[in-house]
Amino acid sequence: MRSQAVGWLLLAPTLLVLAVFGLGPFIYVLITGFTDWNAFAADPTARFAGVQNYRHLVFDAQFLYSLWLTLGFAFFAVASELILGYFLAQLFMHDFPLKGFFRTIHTLPLMVAPIAVGATWRLLTVPGLGPIPYYLDKWFGIDYRLGSFADQAFYTTVLMDVWHWTPLVTLTLLAGLVSLPREPFEQAQIDGANRFQIFWHVTLPLLMPVILATVFIRVMDALRTVDEVWMLTGGGPAAATRYVGLYIWRVVFPKTDYGYGSAMSLLTLYLTIVMCWLLYAALVSRREKPKAE
Amino acid sequence: MRKNSPAVSILFWILISLVTLFPIYWMFVVSAKSRVELFGKPNFIIRSFFSENYINTLTNPTFQKYMINSLIVATANSLLVTVLALLATYSVSRYKLAGKENIYFWTITNRMAPPAVFLLPLFLLYTRTFSIGSWKLYDTRIGLILLYCVFNLPFAIWTMRGIIDAIPKELDEAAMVDGANTWQVLTKIIIPVAKPGIAVTAILTWVFAWNEYLFAATLTSVHARTITTGLAEFVTVTGTNWGQMAATATLTLLPAFIFIGLAQRHIVAGLTFGAVKE
Repeated sequence: MRSQAVGWLLLAPTLLVLAVFGLGPFIYVLITGFTDWNAFAADPTARFAGVQNYRHLVFDAQFLYSLWLTLGFAFFAVASELILGYFLAQLFMHDFPLKGFFRTIHTLPLMVAPIAVGATWRLLTVPGLGPIPYYLDKWFGIDYRLGSFADQAFYTTVLMDVWHWTPLVTLTLLAGLVSLPREPFEQAQIDGANRFQIFWHVTLPLLMPVILATVFIRVMDALRTVDEVWMLTGGGPAAATRYVGLYIWRVVFPKTDYGYGSAMSLLTLYLTIVMCWLLYAALVSRREKPKAE
Repeated sequence: MRKNSPAVSILFWILISLVTLFPIYWMFVVSAKSRVELFGKPNFIIRSFFSENYINTLTNPTFQKYMINSLIVATANSLLVTVLALLATYSVSRYKLAGKENIYFWTITNRMAPPAVFLLPLFLLYTRTFSIGSWKLYDTRIGLILLYCVFNLPFAIWTMRGIIDAIPKELDEAAMVDGANTWQVLTKIIIPVAKPGIAVTAILTWVFAWNEYLFAATLTSVHARTITTGLAEFVTVTGTNWGQMAATATLTLLPAFIFIGLAQRHIVAGLTFGAVKE
């Protein structure tokens, strides 16, 4: 009844666009990563250079530092969002007046453009204008200057990410909590388990697939954060918040060292895939476990 | 499980909401004040609305161009993505095609990759390879419209899959028996039934395209700059006119605030590739 040809025809425009603009750059970067190509060099053409770029890359201290920073940023941000999000999701499990209204407000940051998130946080933290430095100084005597102190800049970017993305964690965990079966909880209560025991032995294992899926999505997004950090700190002070996306965009890109930049891009992509694959493997093995038992 | 009294819950959520809204509120406060008023002790109350920041922004021809570019890019991208995704999802949902599930999964990998990784190859492709004579894809609106498909198409396909799968096959098969062709099945059966889901997908696609910054900043220079790049320029180029920057930022997030009411329930499903449904 349904002809295969029509099916492919319907799919064709999508595949064409994704192949040209998604797969195309990937293959391009794959090839240029093996070339020696600098637009400002004496010989501005691409020459095949084997794995030379990659050999340089693994000893590039700046790049490795930026990777390390990105991992730290992702870790602190996602861990805080998970704890806070779980707590807030639990609060949403009870019925109270205006619940829908509060939920809508809580969803708001998700729709704000990352660049505007960076702008709002910059307005909050700029010395002489923002209330954060003013009150930190007045009440606690803390000298808060994002442009001068590396650790302050780092934790402010983490805090900004928490503000921006905790709502997503709250709502995914809430969706997970709502769909959990009721019997194990009732049984645990009959057995006299306390609140912590119920959390540790019942809620956590049952919720684990949702938690892992949330972590998967959040880590993926945290690793590619660029816009808001660029707007807030510009990657500084020095290189304190120069996460890997920023590094490629602001440092490697303007140098027009295309071969080396391509290799770096590809390695970053590879590392992202490996990290996500590990999380995904953990997710799948979790899902399959109950069947084996 | 434990029972909290509603009063405690409400009190707590008022606190959370204040934290959520404060950065946005402060931005609005800054946007409504003159330069002189902003110095010294932070003042959270707007006594008189200083409209010059908004007037300056809205009457600036460069900013007007950026805003129009953003509107065109987001709207065209949303329309293109919705149509293409509808056709593709219908095909994946209804036709027996070899390897279609692999293709379906492959689409989402396009959205997973960090965009910064593709900046360099895309810049080179846009400035060198994708050109006809002296015309280049670089710094054109169509360049952005097509590029945004890479992250919006997978999103739209993954959200629409559930919606179209949920429409009984018998419905369109009955129509085909009556002699309807594929086009008629799509326009007379699928689209009317799936209309709410398609609308939400289109709205979120629009917002994602409107919000995008990194590609717009790299692949445009003069003609096709968007509002997000304009906002970033306030910091990097024109220095620190905080009031006007705040006004621009407020204008940037205005559409998101309008749309959040329309698509609120579906945002989470959208942002998690349809993995979490509410």
